[in-house]
Amino acid sequence: MGQIRFLLNGDMVVLDDPNPTDTLLDWLRDQGLTGTKEGCNEGDCGACTVSVGALCGGRISHRALNACIVFLPYLHGKSVRTIEGVSARDGRLHPVQAAMVEHHGSQCGFCTPGFVMSLYCAHLEGAQGFDDVLAGNLCRCTGYAPIMRAAEAATKQPQPDWVGDENADLQAMAAGDDITLEGAFLPASLDSFAQWYVENPDATIIAGATDLGLWVTKLMRDLLPSVFLHRLTELQQIEITPKGLRIGAGVTLTQLRDVITDHYADFGEMLRRYAAVQVRNSATIGGNIANGSPIGDSPPALIALGAMLTLRRGDERREILLEDFYISYGKQDRSAGEFIESLFIPAQPDVLACYKISKRFDQDISALNGCFNVTVKDGRVTAARIAFGGMSAMPQRATAVENALVNQPWNAATITMACTAFAQDYTPIADVRGTAAYRLRSAQNLLRRYFHESTNPLSQTRTVGRGAS
Amino acid sequence: MSIAKPNPHDSAVAHVSGVARYVDDIPLAGAVHLAFGLSTVAHARLAAVNLDAVRASDGVIDVLLAADLPGANDVSPSVHDEPMLAVNTVHFVGQPIFLVIAKSHRAARLAAQLGQIEYDVRPAVLSIDQALAADSKFEEPLQFLNGTPEAALAGAERQVQGVMEIGGQEHFYLEGQAAAALPNEGDVLVHASTQHPTEIQHKVAEALGLPMHSVRVETRRMGGGFGGKESQGNALAVACGVVAMRLNRPAKMRYDRDDDMIITGKRHDFRIKYQAGFDRTGRLQSVIFEQFARCGWAQDLSLPVADRAMLHADNAYHLPNVRITSHRLKTNTVSNTAFRGFGGPQGILGIERVMDHIAHDLGLDPLKVRRANFYGAGRDVTPYHMVVEDNVIPEIVDALERTSDYVARRAEIAKFNAQSPILKRGIALTPVKFGIAFTLTHLNQAGALVHVYSDGSIHLNHGGTEMGQGLFTKVAQVAAEVFGVGFGAVKITATDTGKVPNTSATAASSGTDLNGMACKVACEVIRARLIDFACDTWGVLPDQVRFKDGQVHLGDTSMPFAKLVNAAYLARVQLSATGFYKTPKIEWDRMAGKGRPFLYFSYGAAVSEVIIDTLSGENRILRTDILHDVGRSLNPALDLGQIEGAYVQGAGWLTTEELIWDDDGKLWTHAPSTYKIPTCSDRPKIFNVNLWARGENREDTIYKSKAVGEPPFNLGISVFMALSDAVASCGEAYPDLDAPATSERVLRSVDMEKGITW
Repeated sequence: MGQIRFLLNGDMVVLDDPNPTDTLLDWLRDQGLTGTKEGCNEGDCGACTVSVGALCGGRISHRALNACIVFLPYLHGKSVRTIEGVSARDGRLHPVQAAMVEHHGSQCGFCTPGFVMSLYCAHLEGAQGFDDVLAGNLCRCTGYAPIMRAAEAATKQPQPDWVGDENADLQAMAAGDDITLEGAFLPASLDSFAQWYVENPDATIIAGATDLGLWVTKLMRDLLPSVFLHRLTELQQIEITPKGLRIGAGVTLTQLRDVITDHYADFGEMLRRYAAVQVRNSATIGGNIANGSPIGDSPPALIALGAMLTLRRGDERREILLEDFYISYGKQDRSAGEFIESLFIPAQPDVLACYKISKRFDQDISALNGCFNVTVKDGRVTAARIAFGGMSAMPQRATAVENALVNQPWNAATITMACTAFAQDYTPIADVRGTAAYRLRSAQNLLRRYFHESTNPLSQTRTVGRGAS
Repeated sequence: MSIAKPNPHDSAVAHVSGVARYVDDIPLAGAVHLAFGLSTVAHARLAAVNLDAVRASDGVIDVLLAADLPGANDVSPSVHDEPMLAVNTVHFVGQPIFLVIAKSHRAARLAAQLGQIEYDVRPAVLSIDQALAADSKFEEPLQFLNGTPEAALAGAERQVQGVMEIGGQEHFYLEGQAAAALPNEGDVLVHASTQHPTEIQHKVAEALGLPMHSVRVETRRMGGGFGGKESQGNALAVACGVVAMRLNRPAKMRYDRDDDMIITGKRHDFRIKYQAGFDRTGRLQSVIFEQFARCGWAQDLSLPVADRAMLHADNAYHLPNVRITSHRLKTNTVSNTAFRGFGGPQGILGIERVMDHIAHDLGLDPLKVRRANFYGAGRDVTPYHMVVEDNVIPEIVDALERTSDYVARRAEIAKFNAQSPILKRGIALTPVKFGIAFTLTHLNQAGALVHVYSDGSIHLNHGGTEMGQGLFTKVAQVAAEVFGVGFGAVKITATDTGKVPNTSATAASSGTDLNGMACKVACEVIRARLIDFACDTWGVLPDQVRFKDGQVHLGDTSMPFAKLVNAAYLARVQLSATGFYKTPKIEWDRMAGKGRPFLYFSYGAAVSEVIIDTLSGENRILRTDILHDVGRSLNPALDLGQIEGAYVQGAGWLTTEELIWDDDGKLWTHAPSTYKIPTCSDRPKIFNVNLWARGENREDTIYKSKAVGEPPFNLGISVFMALSDAVASCGEAYPDLDAPATSERVLRSVDMEKGITW
């Protein structure tokens, strides 16, 4: 029998052998805490947003998460705050709640607790840029304008006196041994996980659960046995050396974005549009890579940067280029018991451009996603790494396009020639996000855009985000 | 004064604290949970239904088929053509076939996937073209005719013609459909997330073979409705009612989001064909519309939806010679239903497309063409022969043109486009004129029940439902106004068929018009009794009694409202009353296409400026200016909220919200991962929304206000027209955009302008 413990609105909760794939949302609502709402049950609407606090370098970071795809074991050692725990016990409203009332930020009210929780986390963390803070919260009534007014107003207010410090409680829970629940393993160290996974190679590895969560809530699967990686701080490190960046597989997209922006600005911009805050706060880079989705947002950028993966099985490690990791749809070069430990991005000048095309700018899955890393010396292309998502069954380099560029003058004629090579590299499919013809046409146009941007200000080509006027 | 104040929503504090209770939040000890097993094919005879695996699944208590139902197997709001559980035949992918009763929501959902159904597949009619080919329809085409359109078209100086495909729209209320039922001594109490409690009562009673008095329906609030909870909640409530009575246990049902999007109806997708003849100023001489509505497999509310599309084919324009023909097509797809605007937006989009096309043909500013066609003196008869008496669109458009700096910005945009190779901007001003009343005349009635307790506190109930629009707040403001008390003195209570009977759906933007008036009538009855009592007791004249600021002024003296009330109670004055209201003046013959279907019109206009990326088709709204007429606003904050929200919802309909079905009739876009409503960054970067200060309803409506729910939805059309403007800057051809103008459609149109096809 195993046990997990976490803080819920300041009070310690101990659960004996919970079903490992029960979601936080269902559990909260079963406890009578019905303020947290189910809007979509797949992490796309934010109605179930809660704040999850975790120790991070000696302080607590408060992250908004979608409770509908948070499995209970993930909470071990953390602090959960729900809408019921935001105002003072005597009923005084938190500044974000008061601002939402004052600025008429709620109409039907169903999405409101989620918005309040996203803003609550932003208020604690001092985050601004509310288009991004709230990109994961859908509202169908207000048109968002009053909510944004509330967000701006609340940000000026100080922390209320009743927001307590839970540092000591989390410190007390931080250490500990491996935990074994019925059907799930929560290793406390990387070595322990590596060994266990060799012995249990059929287990489901659960990191952020932003995709696997849907296997439970939508596909009605149970994922057992499973192993939860969130306690492995060894996997959550980012090392910056002159040779490059080494990124642990357990680094969240939020952490990666914070660091990568300084090195590869456009990669950072793409991660700004990677799902939304709640997903980025739990999704890991290792999960995004291992998942092998043809439309994952990070792999094309990483392939374009020539990233290497370190795979580990027991105590053995090997390194491969990320592009070689993908073999075909749903198939990767990963043997039984092997897992992604880290990836390495070699240092290089930042000429990377990342373009994400989706039906909606924020919180959407790419129709296609093109990343260009072309080196030009004295007007001639000396090297090209171009990779796309959404154009084939897996993230893939545009080899024919690259070949059409390398050793050619960097000019419009070369680009026109290279555009014809896309059809050799890719035979995209039609789906809800776009037709095959659209994918091919706009992929070619991304190369034209990259060329244009190499000699013109980004404001001429960008309508959102980095460089947009 | 309680009216005209920007009171916050009555539940605002409850919303932000998470204590506002929705149906699924109601604790129900011992409840069973329900889920439907759904058809996976679009049209088939049910050859064999094997539910053994469903029954054997963990936590399943029972499984019901149509034959197990005790009474009427029907959840249709109109013509009894919509069985709750399929009988012999299924008509669309997602039609409920069996009902699982289980110990938990998850157990019910899991088991519902385990049905083994053998289908004897029949040909399916999925598209408008297939329906036309098969002559599959709900009724003969309807027609409005005025003048001699064909002759006028032939004689016109210029003509344009075209076809436009207009996509549907998923409501995406954040709270999915939900209901619960509690048995009680042979009667049943139903909690439903519904815009129409009386209809739920009616359908549950029929299903149980009980008189309506045995079914009570309560609705405190919905987490959004937008028309999607006018009829689409019937199935859940009936299922809960049937199971609760069968097992004598509470029963609860809510759709998982994907099920919700697959099972429930949406905004009707339309095709609109047009031919227009006009002079060199752009003034119409003739227009001929053919509207095709894809209604889905059951009639639901499709006929009045298609009617309203015809009734708004003129929008704010005088159509001197006009023929509007409407086809109501029956298809093996989900039964489309009410959605904010109820067909009006599709009709309006049709004529706005014509205006845009004419302007392009003549090389004129589309605003000039729009102006040339506005209703005006001597040009005031609609295609359905109603005289427009309250036209204010020229004044609103003039004001908005000025405040939005339209002329200068249009010139600036032309300059920008000339020197910007990749990004192009566009701008458009579109008006709206929207008819207010249910077109089914008998629905234009409402009731209210008001109690004044002996301590002066007021209990308010009426037939309208709260879905976020602030109806309860507005009606409470009316009650507070009549009694001259603070807003806090009025307690707003859940809509309850046991308090106010025989109500209409809260729909057609009419909630405040109808229920506000009914409430006012009830309050005035009580106030009149209090005045009589005061006159008798203190020897004042009726006109010396005034209710203000919580006080009752009796000539030179005054006393607190509560004191007067208590004295009246002791004197045995009745302090409770009902109120009733029916909309005057309206009469409508839909088959003839003649009459006065509307009491009045709501007006507004929007200017949207967009930017498009000609390499990808991606686009966004840069700035929006809106001026909207809500008459004398009952609550400016709530009205602004309705306008901002409706605009963004309308913009979503025409840009990113794309419903896609595959060739087998399966909906591909059945979750927010694939169906994209606007997020916060999609709202206009600059968003100036104003109520028209001079607005006043010429008709005798509640404190001279105007309905606000649906009309501003149509302001989103300005985004579509601005996109058309931006695309047009890329070449010579008319852009011919279909809706929604997704990035892909915009890129395709841009490339067409450049002579590139793919």
